[in-house]
Amino acid sequence: MKTNDVILQTTTNLVFFIIILFSIHIFFAGHYAPGGGFVGGLLTASGIVLLLLAYDIKTVTTALPINYTVMTAIGLLIALGTAAGSIIFDVPFFTHAFDYFDLPLLGKQSLHTAMLFDTGVYLVVVGVTMTIIQSIGDDD
Amino acid sequence: MPFVYFIFIPMLAAILIPFLYKKVRSIHTGWFVLVVPVVLFGLYTTFVPKLQNGDTYTSSFDWIPSLDISFISYIDGLSLLFSLLITGIGALVVLYSIFYLDKTREKLHNFYVYLLLFMTAMLGVVQSDHLISLYFFWELTSISSFLLIGYWYTRDRSRFGALKSMMITVFGGLMMLGGFILLSIMGDTYSIRELISQAPELANHKWFVWSLILVLLGAFTKSAQFPFYIWLPDAMEAPTPVSAYLHSATMVKAGLYLVARFTPLYASSEWWIWLVTGTGLLTLFWGSFFALKQTDLKGILAFSTVSQLGLIMSLLGAGAISFHTGIEDNSIFKYAAFAAIFHLVNHATFKGSLFMIAGIVDHETGTRDIRKLGGLMSIMPITFTIALIGSFSMAGLPPFNGFLSKEMFLSGMLSIQNFDLFAFATWGILFPIIGWIASVFTFVYSLYFVFRTFTGKYKPDLLPKKAHEAPIGMLIPPAILGTLVIAIFFVPNLIGDYLVKPAVIAMQPFLYTSPSEIDIHISAWHGPLEPELLMTLGIIGLGLLLYWTLPKWQPLYTKFPDWLSLNRLYDSMMYFSEVGTNRLSKMYMTGYMRSYLVYMFTGIILLSISTVFIKNAFEVSFATLAPIRFFELIIALVLVAGTVTILLAKSRLTSIIALGAVGYTVALFFVIFNAPDLALTQLVIETISVALFLLAFYHLPKLNRHENRMKFRLGNALVALGVGITITIIALSAHSQKLVPSISSYYEETVYSEAGGGNIVNVILVDYRGFDTLFEIAVLAIASLGIIAMIKLRLTKKKEVNRLEDK
Repeated sequence: MKTNDVILQTTTNLVFFIIILFSIHIFFAGHYAPGGGFVGGLLTASGIVLLLLAYDIKTVTTALPINYTVMTAIGLLIALGTAAGSIIFDVPFFTHAFDYFDLPLLGKQSLHTAMLFDTGVYLVVVGVTMTIIQSIGDDD
Repeated sequence: MPFVYFIFIPMLAAILIPFLYKKVRSIHTGWFVLVVPVVLFGLYTTFVPKLQNGDTYTSSFDWIPSLDISFISYIDGLSLLFSLLITGIGALVVLYSIFYLDKTREKLHNFYVYLLLFMTAMLGVVQSDHLISLYFFWELTSISSFLLIGYWYTRDRSRFGALKSMMITVFGGLMMLGGFILLSIMGDTYSIRELISQAPELANHKWFVWSLILVLLGAFTKSAQFPFYIWLPDAMEAPTPVSAYLHSATMVKAGLYLVARFTPLYASSEWWIWLVTGTGLLTLFWGSFFALKQTDLKGILAFSTVSQLGLIMSLLGAGAISFHTGIEDNSIFKYAAFAAIFHLVNHATFKGSLFMIAGIVDHETGTRDIRKLGGLMSIMPITFTIALIGSFSMAGLPPFNGFLSKEMFLSGMLSIQNFDLFAFATWGILFPIIGWIASVFTFVYSLYFVFRTFTGKYKPDLLPKKAHEAPIGMLIPPAILGTLVIAIFFVPNLIGDYLVKPAVIAMQPFLYTSPSEIDIHISAWHGPLEPELLMTLGIIGLGLLLYWTLPKWQPLYTKFPDWLSLNRLYDSMMYFSEVGTNRLSKMYMTGYMRSYLVYMFTGIILLSISTVFIKNAFEVSFATLAPIRFFELIIALVLVAGTVTILLAKSRLTSIIALGAVGYTVALFFVIFNAPDLALTQLVIETISVALFLLAFYHLPKLNRHENRMKFRLGNALVALGVGITITIIALSAHSQKLVPSISSYYEETVYSEAGGGNIVNVILVDYRGFDTLFEIAVLAIASLGIIAMIKLRLTKKKEVNRLEDK
């Protein structure tokens, strides 16, 4: 069944980027303000779900040719790698480090290894959610 | 390099094997593997002279330092002797396997990986001074031997034998772990050496006997003692090199090692002496008696191994008596420990070679059935010669090493009746008698093995292959062992002084401090008319008589009722446990999600409510409650209305929408109570799960309420009510009594200084409890893989399944 939801599709085209931008924002803001990898990932996923609702799965997979299983794996590896990275510095497993840096354009910012771990969480959440939704939606 | 790392060399080599197997197909993988045991043997040989004045060596590295668990490699006479056996016999077995296993047809990489894994496990067992790492390696031997026995996994018998051996040895291993834990609590240390030094104090502990019995269960199952021996004959389904290695030279001896190692700790207990000696003798007799029932060459050898292990076990038990007699007593018991170790070495040599012979016969004739074999002497003269040497040594005849240790065994058993600690005056006489009868049967089955195979009439029509002599490479390893058998007879004191005596010290550290103090000299000739000599003559006489009349009385074995056997007991135990557990799980696995939820909720109710009652923790105090605002009440009502709608909805769509409404209302609550994080998460999750439901909606069956009977609805209502009340009670109690300050204040104070963040929730997620999060996302990933497996990879067409199974 092919439908032509002009209003939904037009709105989606616009809203999708807002959702993605917002998800990126709360992902980065996560350490100081509400947000973080988990919510950010879910928000990104919900953005893609919106795309799926407006278009069909085929269109979305051509537009975003992402293998979500691989994404999950990469996320897990990043998370584990961050945790295991502490071994190199001979500190207990999962020790995070942070410091403040003067970055060009952005000014004084704090940088965390927790951020890397959060990236892993983000990727896993997006990967898992999309894998589940895609496999169920794909199934006929 | 600290020698503790030597243990892991085979395991590291095992990693390379699959690559070598793939890349270098033209060369048999065994040649690469051979390097490992040979090098290790050389490395361990360098320790032999170092130990001559009673020194010991330790080397360790931390494994889990926070739990005080480390790998401590402890080299004394006993562990060195075993390490030499493991690597030495290991090298010969690998050499033999190169010719035994065909490089084009067999999965060699599997075989050698398992074998090397086993080698590491075995070295770890005999060198570990730490109870936990000893247990670790102990179970690793069980697992790697399981893989080796089941190497030809397409055969039913192989899988059965592998499973049987693992069931029994792992059962024993678990018992042993219990004993170890008791020991470590009693002595407050994991180190075996430290435990031994505390032996007198430990002996008075109330758990002492329990730990003794548990440790012995481990040793008895591993060393195939009565009644646990039943796995060993079935383990003969393994490839012959494995049988020669695991079931004659190494793994089954791990139990003997354990008994020898713990002798100084436990010898003061009469339980130890009775159990070890008694079980050993019973096993010795049982094994030798039933060896003659077997018709399979390897079956005979399996039962003979069982019996020989029993012999060594009984000697170890007799050796422990020396703790009660002291050094000044000129008793024979101090010889018993020596004899045990000496026979252990001898047994490894002759039984190893005999297994290889059985493999050669199997390989060159295609059968191991002794009824089909015969007359191979002229066709396979070299094999016959080696078989003769091994068998005569096993029978205890001169000039072979088995004779020396058999004589010592008889001396040990004879002297046991002089020992009056446990009123042996009445029972002690049984020990030499049982030992003697068992030796007669040992003599008979040794002759049975060698002469039935190699003499008599050649029956080519019964053999699957035309028999011929084995290739030279297959003959070299048993020939080396055969040469050792003879060499040990002529220079027994070389082995005795350099290998056996240091090992004896490990067993009897209270008697000696250095090997030179042990005044034992092995001699083949005791002098005329010693009772041992008479007994040997008796064995030969009666043995020959029994062998000649064998066809007359061998059918008696078939009269033994089958249902009485231990194997039948094992089989029915396995059968009933399978049927029983199946029935049990069918009872509660109904296939309805609803049932499982009922179980879970009932569990939650029972656990929580009973805890609240037992701890008398229920308390209501409304003093600190905030006032309920009007719109909060409205939201709460909406929440209740939404929930009720789900319960009463007739169509699925309604319930999905109602569920979404409930979720969004909860999110509203979060907003009101200043939890933007939770609100955000809740909102997004609700959105996605509603979308998910809508996606799945199309595929779901029509909503029908199962089992509308009153009984079930009442039960469900009861559970629902119970959960509601439980949660309310817990929430009220938790709010009403605050004994300790809330943890949130700790987070508030430290979140910036420790983690440099401002958002407590996120900092907890990624930093304070990052480990949790790591596992949670792993669980998420696994769940998604599960969904892929269920949806994407399912084989929808029944035909396709059948086609795959037919392949």
